Amino acid sequence: MSKRRPYVRSMEGWWKKNPYFVEYMIHESTALFVAGYAFVLLVGLIRLGQGEAAWNGWLEAMQSPLSLIFHLVFLVAIAYHTYTWFKIMPITMPPIIVGGKRVGPGVITGSGLLAAVGVSLVMLVLVFWFGG
Amino acid sequence: MTENLKIIEIEVLRYNPESDQEPHLEVYSVPFSDDMSVLQGVQYIKDNFDGSLTFRWSCRMAICGSCGMMINGIPKLSCETFLRDYYPDRIRVEAMAHFPIEKDLVVDLSGFIEKLESIQPYIIPKEPRSLDQGEYIQSPKQFNDYIQFTSCINCTLCYAACPQFGLNPDFIGPGAIALLHRYNMDSRDGAAAERMELVASEEGVFNCSAVGYCSEVCPKHVDPANAVNINKTNAAKDYFLRFLSPKGGAK
Amino acid sequence: MKSGLKRSNAPIFWSLFGAGGMLSALFGPALVFITGIAVPFGFLLPADAMSYPKMLAFAQNLIGKGFILAVIALFLWFAAHRIYHSLHEFGIHAGLAAKLICYGSAFVATVISVVVLLGLGF
Repeated sequence: MSKRRPYVRSMEGWWKKNPYFVEYMIHESTALFVAGYAFVLLVGLIRLGQGEAAWNGWLEAMQSPLSLIFHLVFLVAIAYHTYTWFKIMPITMPPIIVGGKRVGPGVITGSGLLAAVGVSLVMLVLVFWFGG
Repeated sequence: MTENLKIIEIEVLRYNPESDQEPHLEVYSVPFSDDMSVLQGVQYIKDNFDGSLTFRWSCRMAICGSCGMMINGIPKLSCETFLRDYYPDRIRVEAMAHFPIEKDLVVDLSGFIEKLESIQPYIIPKEPRSLDQGEYIQSPKQFNDYIQFTSCINCTLCYAACPQFGLNPDFIGPGAIALLHRYNMDSRDGAAAERMELVASEEGVFNCSAVGYCSEVCPKHVDPANAVNINKTNAAKDYFLRFLSPKGGAK
Repeated sequence: MKSGLKRSNAPIFWSLFGAGGMLSALFGPALVFITGIAVPFGFLLPADAMSYPKMLAFAQNLIGKGFILAVIALFLWFAAHRIYHSLHEFGIHAGLAAKLICYGSAFVATVISVVVLLGLGF
């Protein structure tokens, strides 16, 4: 008779056991804030569809101190999402070969972050020009 | 000679299937010199304190891939990890995470072996070739496409680093998928479509959530996370384009 | 090759996740700053940039419509996918219920957005 009795360890609390996993869980949890912000926009869109009074009500709510706090939190969380999204990009992308050499992870992450900064600046300028 | 040696405490996760209900930690005080690896520390325990301590090892030079352990919770080859880097703190040595423990530091690798077989880790030629047609010609560029993924030594540290494998033991996992990718990328091989069935299956690449720790712990810089994620893109293409392809993609 | 393999439907959700993740990484921080901080509080940007006539015109423009839909829907599909996986990672195996709640709310939000955007006219 076999004396084998392989012991399977529990996975409970696995993400607390390694700083790498803790960071993973933090960057995964930024999804909650992306969802929160998208819901704010969804409510705004619905209010826009209900007419001027409804839209102004939504705008007023956006001017409350509580809304400011929420958006500051969204900003930090989503900016961290941006950073981590491009940080893991080198492992999620097929290799890019330029001039016979593989583009390094730092260049990929850097280009992604640079693109995000570029897009942000363009949006700010557009709102500045056409919003006045 | 012994009086020059420092003493380090090594805490080992012990499990005897014949007598223990569950694993427990035991501490040993091990004299060591600066050139001693964690593997040698564990061997010292076996030779001097408890001959029943069970663990795998062979080459002592980071190429056989058999001495993987959790060292202070991090998957490492114990032969290339040195006691001096931990002294004067205590070291905790455990069996590789996410695998069932067979005895002490030995884990059950049969699931991994099955997965290794399932990916067909050999060249399946595009078309049969007879001897008088000569050898397969491969350019340095074609060679570069897959060489990185040939470095795998099947140490399974990447599995011990992968929480998704821990949560779902059916996941083909980083190491086997990296090897699968190695054959798919080989210009002499023609079985990528055949292997796609496995890649795109529920046991396949979509179990991965890009934690990336597998590539971090890989002692041979294979970057299995990259192999898995490239195959997500391949599987997604196969999923959406299979109706356009004459063969209809994988089943 | 193993037998009895079942093709995963993950590519559908994974593609939406990837698109939403990329969109929110590129546009997310600036959008939050513009719509939640700068414009409502008249900080750096003109305070009437989000006035009713301006927003209505934006939402009636085809590009504007596409942008609003992409942001709301893809942000939510991205988040739904990650939250669903996180539940699994925390050991909450709510199965079909979790799937329905996560992806279901993204789906409902997408439908609502489309209906409202169409209702606003062109």
